Amino acid sequence: MSKVRVLAGTRKGAFILTSDGKRQNWEVSGPHFAGWEIYHMKGSTADPNRIFASQTSGWFGQVIQRSDDGGKTWIQPGTPPGEPTTGPGGMPKGESNKFVYDDSKETGKPLTTHQWYDGTQKPWVFKRVWHLEPSLSDPDTVYAGVEDAALFRSTDGGKSWHELSGLRGHGTGPRWQPGAGGMCLHTIILDPKNPKRIYIAISAAGAFRTDDGGETWRPINKGLYSKYIPEPTAEVGHCVHRIALHPSRPDVLFMQKHWDVMRTDNAGDSWQKISGNLPTDFGFVIDVNAHEPETVYVVPIKSDGEHFPLDGKLRVYRSKSGGNEWEELGKGLPQRDCYVNVLRDAMAVDSLDKSGIYFGTTGGQVYVSPDGGDNWATIVRDLPPVLSVEVQTLA
Amino acid sequence: MIRVILPPHLRGLARISGEVELEIAGQVTQRAVLDALEARYPMLSGTIRDHVTQQRRPFLRFFACGEDWSHEEPDAPLPEAIASGAEPLLIVGAIAGG
Repeated sequence: MSKVRVLAGTRKGAFILTSDGKRQNWEVSGPHFAGWEIYHMKGSTADPNRIFASQTSGWFGQVIQRSDDGGKTWIQPGTPPGEPTTGPGGMPKGESNKFVYDDSKETGKPLTTHQWYDGTQKPWVFKRVWHLEPSLSDPDTVYAGVEDAALFRSTDGGKSWHELSGLRGHGTGPRWQPGAGGMCLHTIILDPKNPKRIYIAISAAGAFRTDDGGETWRPINKGLYSKYIPEPTAEVGHCVHRIALHPSRPDVLFMQKHWDVMRTDNAGDSWQKISGNLPTDFGFVIDVNAHEPETVYVVPIKSDGEHFPLDGKLRVYRSKSGGNEWEELGKGLPQRDCYVNVLRDAMAVDSLDKSGIYFGTTGGQVYVSPDGGDNWATIVRDLPPVLSVEVQTLA
Repeated sequence: MIRVILPPHLRGLARISGEVELEIAGQVTQRAVLDALEARYPMLSGTIRDHVTQQRRPFLRFFACGEDWSHEEPDAPLPEAIASGAEPLLIVGAIAGG
């Protein structure tokens, strides 16, 4: 019997929601790491019992957690409870929390500056991990997107982290600037067909691609138009909120930008607007049905100044034609007095026969549609504000 | 024996309850206490002071014998009451936000 495991990161802890393949009855486990912000949790496809979590705090900094039993127990990689606290040679453990920009001559780039809100330049300072993306094939390899924007990789199960500094240092960094939430690298997509290709997105810099496993990078923002920046078609500086792809067609990407829903058919070399008949094309999340590569989901949000749905009605919009023609889906979702937001990492799809769609809100609700968006139900209603939602489809 | 009281979130992270007791050889300073604390509980590395700069995190404060020691030099000797274990060193999270 198939199962699904939903990983919900919230402002005050992590929650794990499990159900069988019917996705009607749910068990809720948590809060794990109560009181801490859990920006993101994601399971490894190579070993579904392995889950990585970003535990963070404005007071106490960044902590990485890992579970090897599907979220029942957690360790800080390199520091299992009960084991000696020093490694071979007496070196203290605790390296798993350490994210240090690589400015070494051999492998790194000088720690340069980026643009601040007021146009001045500021040096990179590590703040937190926004997104964890486990390798598709190796359970010990995982990528971390961090604020201030950079990409890190661990090849030892999260024990130690090394920056892929070719991204931060490729040349456009001084023109990157923070979005309202900070200058964060929030999206990491590993190409399922080409292990050397990775897409990432940064607010507010844009989308970038490597074709050599992370050594060199280039912006892929041609076709984006951001009227709120001095040069609307600039090479970088765009506030990309989220990118998604279908594994069968990794050259086709869908993007929810600050404003505008976009699509590329050539791995980001050029983008076209597909907002079509959406009532507003501001939003944060975007995702693709697990079985229909042209079926895309967004949650329109009223505007950048009013982060809630139009008219108090929470509605997902679905396009079955890869964009432009959108239908509203609200059956089972609140259709009055609803003024929540859906943050960029808070939507996911499962790969059961009828692809399930999930999203979480800043009001603490997590919703599921077990039938591709036609009907929605509440999994849990009163969590802390939801920062991220991922789902694992388990055999 | 030095006594240290951590904020609840860090006690949870280190999987401890109550005070921490640490043996410190030599002069008892903020740096010596934090070095010993992180050696005993490596999961606390980076949570009280930055990994690289070793600067105290802005929303944390150090109190000794009712005095705020947050801005003292990290190698300054702590009061005798702390060094003797008569009083605990308090590491306090600022009350800010919800």
